[in-house]
Amino acid sequence: MKVIDIKDLYKIYEDNEAEVHAVDGISLSFNEGEFAAIVGPSGSGKTTLLNILGGLDKPTSGEITIGNVKINELPPSKLIDFRLHNIGFVFQAYNLIPVLTAKENVEFIMDLQGRPKAEKEKRTRELLEQVGLGDRLNSRPNRLSGGQQQRVAVARALASRPKFVLADEPTANLDSKSTENLLDIMEKLNREENITFIFSTHDPRVVKKARRVITIEDGKVIKDEAIR
Amino acid sequence: MKTYKMAWRNLWRNKRRTLITVAAVVFAVFLSTFMSSMQEGTYSKMIENTVSFYSGYIQVHHPGYWASRSINDVYAPGPEFFKKIDETPNVTLSFPRLESFTLLSTGENTKAAALIGIDPVKENKVTRLSQWVEAGKYLEPGDDGLLVAKNIAKQMSLNVGDTMVLLSTGYHGSTSAALFPIKGILNFPSPQMNNIGVYADITKAGEFFSTGDMITSTVIMVDDYTKLNHTKQDIGKKLGNDYSVMTWDEMQPEIMQMIEQDRAGAVIMKAIIYIVIGFGILGTIIMMMSERRKELAIMVAVGMKRGKIIKTLFFETLYIGFLGIVLGFLLSTPIMLWLVQHPIPLPDSMAEVYEKFGFEAKLFFSLHYPVFMNQIWTVFAITIGVFLYPLVTVARFKLIQTLRS
Ligand SMILES: Nc1ncnc2c1ncn2[C@@H]1O[C@H](COP(=O)(O)OP(=O)(O)O)[C@@H](O)[C@H]1O
Repeated sequence: MKVIDIKDLYKIYEDNEAEVHAVDGISLSFNEGEFAAIVGPSGSGKTTLLNILGGLDKPTSGEITIGNVKINELPPSKLIDFRLHNIGFVFQAYNLIPVLTAKENVEFIMDLQGRPKAEKEKRTRELLEQVGLGDRLNSRPNRLSGGQQQRVAVARALASRPKFVLADEPTANLDSKSTENLLDIMEKLNREENITFIFSTHDPRVVKKARRVITIEDGKVIKDEAIR
Repeated sequence: MKTYKMAWRNLWRNKRRTLITVAAVVFAVFLSTFMSSMQEGTYSKMIENTVSFYSGYIQVHHPGYWASRSINDVYAPGPEFFKKIDETPNVTLSFPRLESFTLLSTGENTKAAALIGIDPVKENKVTRLSQWVEAGKYLEPGDDGLLVAKNIAKQMSLNVGDTMVLLSTGYHGSTSAALFPIKGILNFPSPQMNNIGVYADITKAGEFFSTGDMITSTVIMVDDYTKLNHTKQDIGKKLGNDYSVMTWDEMQPEIMQMIEQDRAGAVIMKAIIYIVIGFGILGTIIMMMSERRKELAIMVAVGMKRGKIIKTLFFETLYIGFLGIVLGFLLSTPIMLWLVQHPIPLPDSMAEVYEKFGFEAKLFFSLHYPVFMNQIWTVFAITIGVFLYPLVTVARFKLIQTLRS
């Protein structure tokens, strides 16, 4: 089943008279349960593409359909709610709310969604156990390592039961052991919850774990291959 | 997590900075409370001194009397009159006066002055007139004699035991003329009062002006001067339209004007303190915001509405003001309480002037509620003003740029 459908997507920046085609005519679609990496050199347009996919940025032209909603047509206020209920985010760094504990960070999203208390607590505990932090529920981010923080961030991204999770260079600030550990957890959750993961990276060890690799250069898809 | 709870945690992210900011608010609140308390204490003492010197808090006249000052604008109090007034809540004492102009003559010398008919006992309870008797004796009820203000006695070369002729137009054009012995000389601390004229027992004065039992004014004292207007209305209602009821500040507006001027001066000082503190809070909030731009952007990205973020920031600003107020009051109230009970004695140089007027030479304090309410409103207004910064910043910040920065 198709989760995301992108058609003729363009993002053009007018930079001091020179036009930058950050996304230059991309058409792509993603199915339920995919585990896909977007790779390419720095400046190739990965972040721009993910931001548009996540409803954080508007394309210059083109169409993004998620489920059966064309998000490029949504007004900003509706977009916030759409993101809250449909998309999970993992950012590169400074991801978590520092004054909240691991548990509260995960609950935060469900608070915004207005979920009942019992459900919130049950799911939070499950997710944090799944990412291997069942014993760190009450730790604040500054007491957790970078890798542990990113695992909390993954748990938070899944808490809202989104249609898919977007992760922009989630391992950029992690050492190789934490990187591997995070990817294993993401993959496990991807299988167990059948949730689509789309992540950008230029780390070959991360690419190795992906089941689909989309290569971008100068805002264009130059290669799109399924692995295994 | 509830917004107010998250705001509370955010407040303590940088403990030292928050404490310094709160301390600044505490300082401002303490200083302003102290100043206001001293001002209000001084004003109320000043009012008390003024009214007990002569006018009383409230006076009741014939409706035309205040403008005409005529001996024809008098009224007969009747048996129920004083009872009605004394039974009004807040009233502590009421007593009559009969005042009009007269010519004083000794044969060689003639002078125009006031003749004030008083109830010697009740008058003395409030204005303590007897303390100014320099020579001779104070009046007894039904006394035949006069008390003469010092300057007048001097100008007319009068001494205790001399007699003097009083000549005037009495009630409805009748001619008043009588001979009075001089019982005492009054030496007031103010030159104005030393020129005022002569005092007589009110019955004698009534005989002289042919007004009988009628009087020109009733002087009323109250317990709580902050409820003065209420008491004035109560008395007005009880007495009806045949009387005019006036408060001390309606009779002597210059004192209230002086107080208002002094208040305005103090407001400027307090405003400066609070503006400085306001910028202090603003500085803290600006720092708090700039450290958290990225974090706020992430909150918006994952689905938190900006309104909710603004609400959190509002609580954070509010907490600083609230803590400042509460701690400021906790610090100032015991000190004020003590000072209300133990007014500060004035230095000798200033004390002399006060004591000359028969006033206590002390710095008085008040715990009247505006002393506190004004600080609460001011800090609240500052909080709202400062809050405009996060409000505008959050409403306008660009999501993508902030996420990428
Ligand atoms: N706000 C912007 N204004 C102008 N150019 C931009 C802006 N944001 C990104 N770009 C440009 O778009 C291109 C793609 O950037 P980006 O999506 O960040 O690539 P990547 O994530 O692959 O490093 C780059 O050339 C970058 O300079």
